[in-house]
Amino acid sequence: MSNETIVNIKKSILHMTHYSKSSHVGTSLSIVDILYVLYYRIMNIDPANPKMPNRDKFILSKGHGSAALYATLAERGFFNKELLDRYYIDYGVLPGHLDMEAVQGIELSTGSLGHGLSVGVGMAIANKLDNNDGKVYVVLGDGECNEGSVWEAVMLAATLRLQNITVIIDYNKLQGFGRTNEIINQENMAERWKAFGWDVIEIDGHNLQQLEKAFNSKAERPKAIIAHTIKGNGISFMADQLDWHYRSPNEDQLVAAIKELEGKL
Amino acid sequence: MRQTFINTLMKRAKEDKRIFVITPDLGFSVLEKFKEECPNQFLNVGIAEQNAVGVAAGLALSGKIVYVYSIIPFVTMRCFEQVRVDTAYINTNVRLVGVGAGLSYGPQWATHHSIEDIAIMRSLPNMTVCCPGDPVEVKNIVEESFKHQGPMYIRLARNGEPVIHSEDRKIAIGQAVKVTEGKDLVILTTSNTLELAVKWVELLRQQGRHCMLISFPTVKPLDLEMLNSVIDLNIPIFTLEEHSVIGGLGSAVSEIIAESGKGVKFKRIALPDKYSHYVGSQQFIREKLGMTFENYFRI
Repeated sequence: MSNETIVNIKKSILHMTHYSKSSHVGTSLSIVDILYVLYYRIMNIDPANPKMPNRDKFILSKGHGSAALYATLAERGFFNKELLDRYYIDYGVLPGHLDMEAVQGIELSTGSLGHGLSVGVGMAIANKLDNNDGKVYVVLGDGECNEGSVWEAVMLAATLRLQNITVIIDYNKLQGFGRTNEIINQENMAERWKAFGWDVIEIDGHNLQQLEKAFNSKAERPKAIIAHTIKGNGISFMADQLDWHYRSPNEDQLVAAIKELEGKL
Repeated sequence: MRQTFINTLMKRAKEDKRIFVITPDLGFSVLEKFKEECPNQFLNVGIAEQNAVGVAAGLALSGKIVYVYSIIPFVTMRCFEQVRVDTAYINTNVRLVGVGAGLSYGPQWATHHSIEDIAIMRSLPNMTVCCPGDPVEVKNIVEESFKHQGPMYIRLARNGEPVIHSEDRKIAIGQAVKVTEGKDLVILTTSNTLELAVKWVELLRQQGRHCMLISFPTVKPLDLEMLNSVIDLNIPIFTLEEHSVIGGLGSAVSEIIAESGKGVKFKRIALPDKYSHYVGSQQFIREKLGMTFENYFRI
């Protein structure tokens, strides 16, 4: 299942990683469906008023997936799509890891793993204190869940029963050196979050209906959506391949990938 | 110092609801009253310093002025990368408040000593580093912190430091304060050695030497106007601090002197580049590590 907006976001990611010869195309493609549902169907945001006080806030804690967020924000109208041509290059505007000063719409600079959830918890606490009904959404990588600081934040959010924060775990089962569960075994990902006091929903992270339903479901406690995803999703030769954490598509691969995406429309 | 800090903060917090205190479960006997009087502006996040700083950043990004309170190594080094990214790099209004300057925690030993903190914190862009030396300096720095934009590190000693300056003295961030005049030599000090410096100035006076004493409650940004005026006097300059000889006030001053092109006599009095293995009080360890008057000012 794909639609034109999703295809456009994916084409932008491929284009950006191609001309800049940057890595992380696979990790970016992994989260496009999640970002699409959040930015087009779930979050209370206004691209014309990006600092709206009661807005929902999104944090991409796995900041190396920056191309996906830049492409989504540009598609959604937060900034001019021409800026996507200035990613990761000299005289660029968009750095490889997220910089909240670069363009409108980025709530937090990230790049070092294991920071985003703590900051999101701080934002959620502030919203509660201020009677602000804005919600906080944080995407974590599955590999990122190796970081101890993630679990410090998980424990605090559960203790405070923060109902205004949702974590989405991009569970694509690949990290820097190989299979996630062979490096640090997290096969029981859902049980872990449940045991720490979160409401957990496990879904196909590329199924738009399941994503939307999971976001809309009521939760008594902080909510963790375990989104089973595929690194490099949508491009057959990239899908579930560790190589595409690092490689960037050459000219031929770019053409083939775009052809494949357009064929799905 | 701790009481002055919390009392000054509490007074303001009752009027300014943006003020928020986070502790990673430290501050017993110091923070209770604040928690009682401002319950919605206080959170114990548990023994988890990385999360404490991240949560503080999230609150600060939402408009709060957040004080993270702990013992110095835990609020600076345990969570250093959170400090770097989530306070310094993104330039948030987080105040990292560390207690136990230098050897203050004496027999608690090296894990609780702080001999590297000034060096580490002053290397961070955007970070303001304040090391008040008496309760008056603490009060002024805390009051300044309500309006300061950007992250701050505030280095406190513990309790019982005497009042050196007059109670109504106003001190801005970045401003050094002259304590005594003197024509023969000058001591520049910061943080918890201000009291020691006052004693040494008196001992020097008894030797017939008139020592100027200047306190630097802010190490970054350094008061260059005051420092350059001292360099121009062309009298011997000493720095005194309870911090490693590497990277603290002495290093900061030496950088300015070296680039001034003026051949003024200069000596850093600080802790040696090693961890203490001496068991004993702060005073005992100071002496064992050579921070004594006799060591530097023998006639």
